Amino acid sequence: MSERSHPEALLRLRGISKSFGAVQVLAGVDLDVHAGQVTALVGDNGAGKSTLIKGIAGIHAFDDGTYTFEGSEVHVTSPKQANSLGIEVVYQDLALCDNLDVVHNMFLGRETRRRITLDETAMERRAVETLRGLSVRTLASVRQTVSSLSGGQRQTVAIARAVLWNSKLVILDEPTAALGVAQTEQVLKLVRRLAHNGLAVILISHNMNDVFEVADSIATLYLGRMAAQVDARTVNRARVVELITSGRSGALGLAAPEEAQA
Amino acid sequence: MSGATSVPRKAREEAATGTVAEAWRGYVNKVRGGDVGSLPAVLGFVALVIFFSTQSGTFFSLLNGANLLQQAAVYVFVAMGMVFVLLLGEIDLSAGFTAGVSAAVLGVILTKHGMPWPVAVVGCVATGAVIGLAIGMIFARLRVPSFVVSLAFFLGLQGAMLGIIGDGGTIPVRDETIFAIMGRNLPVVWGWVFAGAGVALYAVLGLVQRRARRTAGLPSHPPTLMILKVVGLAVLLGGATYLLNRERSVNPVLNSLKGIPVIVPIAAVFVVGLTFVLRRTAFGRHIYAVGGNAEAARRAGINVPGIQTACFVICSAMAGCAGIVMVSRDTSVSPSTGGSSTLLLSIGAAVIGGTSLFGGKGRIIDAVIGGLVIAVISNGLPLMTSEASAQYIVTAFVLMLAAMIDAMARRRAAATGH
Repeated sequence: MSERSHPEALLRLRGISKSFGAVQVLAGVDLDVHAGQVTALVGDNGAGKSTLIKGIAGIHAFDDGTYTFEGSEVHVTSPKQANSLGIEVVYQDLALCDNLDVVHNMFLGRETRRRITLDETAMERRAVETLRGLSVRTLASVRQTVSSLSGGQRQTVAIARAVLWNSKLVILDEPTAALGVAQTEQVLKLVRRLAHNGLAVILISHNMNDVFEVADSIATLYLGRMAAQVDARTVNRARVVELITSGRSGALGLAAPEEAQA
Repeated sequence: MSGATSVPRKAREEAATGTVAEAWRGYVNKVRGGDVGSLPAVLGFVALVIFFSTQSGTFFSLLNGANLLQQAAVYVFVAMGMVFVLLLGEIDLSAGFTAGVSAAVLGVILTKHGMPWPVAVVGCVATGAVIGLAIGMIFARLRVPSFVVSLAFFLGLQGAMLGIIGDGGTIPVRDETIFAIMGRNLPVVWGWVFAGAGVALYAVLGLVQRRARRTAGLPSHPPTLMILKVVGLAVLLGGATYLLNRERSVNPVLNSLKGIPVIVPIAAVFVVGLTFVLRRTAFGRHIYAVGGNAEAARRAGINVPGIQTACFVICSAMAGCAGIVMVSRDTSVSPSTGGSSTLLLSIGAAVIGGTSLFGGKGRIIDAVIGGLVIAVISNGLPLMTSEASAQYIVTAFVLMLAAMIDAMARRRAAATGH
């Protein structure tokens, strides 16, 4: 639990609540996300992962609680505002245009212009630099259309797009859900690379293999509450699964949070 | 498919800079993968020209060649606008009568009010733009399917035309400038200047782009390929200019006919201008994005309804331009102007040229290539048979063939991952 008390969390949520009508989806959720670390967000379906992520990304505002980013409290109410803070989300369906090439997709909606024309060379150069910075060697050309890419390559492009904008926090929603073994491995390496480059990463995943392979910290949501956020080195898979399914595991979990220090 | 094939950097750069042979192989792979572009249309055009030339002695003549360009003009103008709407994956069935109503406005301003032609031209194009704005707003804001909106406008605009012109009436248009668009030719010297300027512009733009990429350290095309392209364009434009600059009148003493038809440089300016908008501006890029994946475009912060509305405005404004071309051709406006098969042949022209009906794929030049194919058929067939039925059936067949190629290319692209 050392990370929870770390003073310099990039993103710090305290007592977050959110209701949709009569349904309380999140209740008193705490979360710390550190730069240079991968924080896995796990939990069963309906535990509130998506709602938490959407709140962080500004798609809907939280009802209650404090949202601290880079040490100052913020009220994020729109995706644009989240983007300007340096928060980017890669959604599960990637949101890429198949008919456009890799460069076009990475700059979609935020094209570099020179007066009224597009500055293709500047965009291509930055795209190549960003991909190189992430050690991506799987793309033959940044000028091939996205329709010709494999699932793993598409995920790579979507992640590279999120990184392009000097972002500080990248949220990945089940990035390996639809991928084969080799491609999953590539994407996980890329996730590690993001953290290595100093970014904070939130990884949503149902796959415990993935979580234990890349995560530094594991945050488990159970029925809208944060069961526990623990250092990945201090727990094993069975305990995390227990946290996901019952909200507690031995000393960890909801019933006796004050004992968690043990 | 697997991304596991990591390509060494050296090989990657060679693949991109490579030789002409490699560029050719790249193109062949692209076509095999389902991205056929205008290839079927170009091949079809050549095949049709050869076929009609063997069937009829009068088809392959200078006079008929110039006629063909003019016949294509109306379809090309409507189709150039239609490309914008097709790129969205939508359709505008009213474009033919939008051209008609705009033409009627042109006729009223010129003939009934006797105002100068620039006023009439602006009024005509503005009429088209307003119609497009209405269609676009109803489609993009109220989310009524474009098929239904434009079908309603298809009927409504016919009524509007009858209202403006009067039942069975015609408005004669005698303005010399308007007539010149389809009725006159460029002086011989100007033809050469125009062709030379076209080739020079192409070469300079290519060089500028090449230099920018080299200074940025990005891979660029092999220089030989660029030289081949410039020479190819020079031969094409030079040859056409040479032929069109020769005397083609049946009776030169009485009525000399030589030079490039005025409509050709006008159309060329539109082709270059609209291609610039689609390929070199953020607006154009966003059109492709909306056509490719509207949800992705929306999440990227693109104003999707705004882009959609703008495309319908451009489509209808181009139909307005086509209306001017029709008036120039017919020297009058009647309630049938822009009617009958104008619309379907124009959509056909865009699709035959390689613009997809499914959205996200298409170019302005497709409209020109497809328009020429349509014109060859409607020009060549009557030389062989006087049956109107053959005209309809053959054109329908070609249109269907183009749509089938489009659908098959899409399936193949999905299968091969291109």
